[in-house]
Amino acid sequence: MNTDLQTPPQSNSNAEPLRQSRFGNIGDGFFYWTTLLFAASVLVVTVLIGFQLTQASMPALKEFGWRFLTNSTWDPVRQVYGAWPYIFGTLASSFLALLMAVPVALGTAIFLVELCPYWLRGILSFMVELLAAVPSVVYGLWGIFVLIPILQPVQAKIASSGLSAIPFFSGAPTGYSMMAGALVLSIMILPIITAVSRDVLSNVPAAQREAAFGLGATHWEAVKGPILRSARSGIMGAIILGLARAMGETMAITMVIGNGKNASWSLLAPANSLASILANQFAEASGLQMPSLMYIALVLFGVAILVNAAARLLLWNMARGTNHA
Amino acid sequence: MNALFHKISRAGFALGTTVMLIAGCTKSQPSLTAAGATFPYPVYAQWFEAYRRQTGIQINYQPMGSGAGVEQLRRRTTDFGASDVAVSDDAMQSMSKKILQIPAVAGAVVIAYQLPGLQKPLQLDGSVLAGIFLGRIKRWNDVRIAAINPGVDLPDIAISPVRRSDGSGTTGIFTSYLSDISPQWKKQVGVGKSVNWPVGVGAKGNAGVAGVIKQSPGAVGYIELAYAEHNKLQFAALRNSTGNFVLPSVEATTAAAAGAVQRLQKDIRAPIVNAPGKSSYPIAAFTYLLVYENSENAQKANSLKTFLEWAMLEGQGMTRDLYYAPLPPQVVELNQELIRKIH
Repeated sequence: MNTDLQTPPQSNSNAEPLRQSRFGNIGDGFFYWTTLLFAASVLVVTVLIGFQLTQASMPALKEFGWRFLTNSTWDPVRQVYGAWPYIFGTLASSFLALLMAVPVALGTAIFLVELCPYWLRGILSFMVELLAAVPSVVYGLWGIFVLIPILQPVQAKIASSGLSAIPFFSGAPTGYSMMAGALVLSIMILPIITAVSRDVLSNVPAAQREAAFGLGATHWEAVKGPILRSARSGIMGAIILGLARAMGETMAITMVIGNGKNASWSLLAPANSLASILANQFAEASGLQMPSLMYIALVLFGVAILVNAAARLLLWNMARGTNHA
Repeated sequence: MNALFHKISRAGFALGTTVMLIAGCTKSQPSLTAAGATFPYPVYAQWFEAYRRQTGIQINYQPMGSGAGVEQLRRRTTDFGASDVAVSDDAMQSMSKKILQIPAVAGAVVIAYQLPGLQKPLQLDGSVLAGIFLGRIKRWNDVRIAAINPGVDLPDIAISPVRRSDGSGTTGIFTSYLSDISPQWKKQVGVGKSVNWPVGVGAKGNAGVAGVIKQSPGAVGYIELAYAEHNKLQFAALRNSTGNFVLPSVEATTAAAAGAVQRLQKDIRAPIVNAPGKSSYPIAAFTYLLVYENSENAQKANSLKTFLEWAMLEGQGMTRDLYYAPLPPQVVELNQELIRKIH
């Protein structure tokens, strides 16, 4: 008990005393190696997934090579497969969902932490967490029975108005579309972004907040300046979590996105996603279709890693920027 | 406290006896395992239950999909399989032993649509349907639709084709019908459980397609008869090979099977789309039970044989309420010849 308190602060920057205490008794050694094993298993599982997917998709990898990524045909009859519409659909729907969810989530988080009266805070937080607990198939059903009947007349109006000249709004409106998919996704990723941002914001040192107010800052100025600045890498992390969930989401999106076959810029047209085609065609796949689906899974795995890595890089850059500022 | 203890011990005793009874049953009676198609599952479930009550023979069926049914049989993890698509000669090569394919019941694929204000069923034919699903016919008041619907006031709204997004025997039946009629379809798209659709919204499962059609004015899609009936969807009368427009029904499906009997005598796997006969509905198909001709286990072969014989006679009477078509007598005879070969 007391040793903890007596540990001089500089020992954190120096690893030697820590290591000594780690092997100082058997229990700590055991603890160290078990936790290391658990941590390593994450890495091992990731590598194994990549290996397994590569192996299972070998026939398709050999047949189509890199062209698989740019080819837009998915034809089980002629055994020609390409993943472009699905890659495009996954990226487009996820980023559209972020575009809609992030402002709302951030606004909610700021309100909860900075402005919300105390009695409302608990209720609102609870509601946000409730959204996170809803199973994705329920969001899918909500999309089919609530969202799409609302979207259909709206889309029909857009299609019959002059807006249809813009590529984003071209094509016949069906309700089941990229727009519906992105909307459902945005609601699904809202709670995680809100909850994590809220925690990050409430961890901003009170001193910063008080200093800003002390200098005569308004609420808006305090949030815009010091509070968001010191929270921004955490908020970025929240957004990455949201993006990861959006890209991997399967059930809800396949129910509303229309499972189209083209990569289209139109929000009204049916679209598709990597996860969606996997879920749809896995059960009855035959011949080269199965390795091609495995290839799709590999692509999804790769896209997820790439996006996460890119976001991580962004985060590092940001952190460096904050330190310099 | 004492009363509670008594209650618990009594419940425990009851549970114990039940377990023993169940265990006893399964031990003394032979049981069969099977897996495969989901489409005929409702009728199979009724068959197996009725058959168990009559004979005590238990049949465990996993509705995993046609592809999985064939695969499980190939690996011999099941006693028999079920598939909506007949197993081709190529696929048969991979089986360790000869399998028999026995049509179990027939089903119809219905062209359902959502057109507000239309009273009578729409009349459609194969070339119009191919045009719609190729994306060539785009509006409901197209002259090609109007030509076969004289006197019908067709609405000027866009056609929104709906199709399956998952691999499915239903898609196989529908595309084989379109390929049979439209050379263009055959060339551009072809036949398969999932195909490269030129247009349309994709939905998962019959229920998914039925749901999209129900919601979207102007939508048209293909679903099993039972789903169209249960969802109270409007459906079209289709022109058959004799030129008659026939509404889908259990009777018209059985008629199609009877009309195709000459093809079936040559090969029991022959498709029954566009079958001859005045009252034949053109998009009909069998679903098949797959069994090994020689199953190594005489007792199991015997149970299987008696079950199949039962299914051909008594079983056929139970299909109608579930919107599956019973086999016509000619096909039952062909099946009985096959069943006799099992040993």
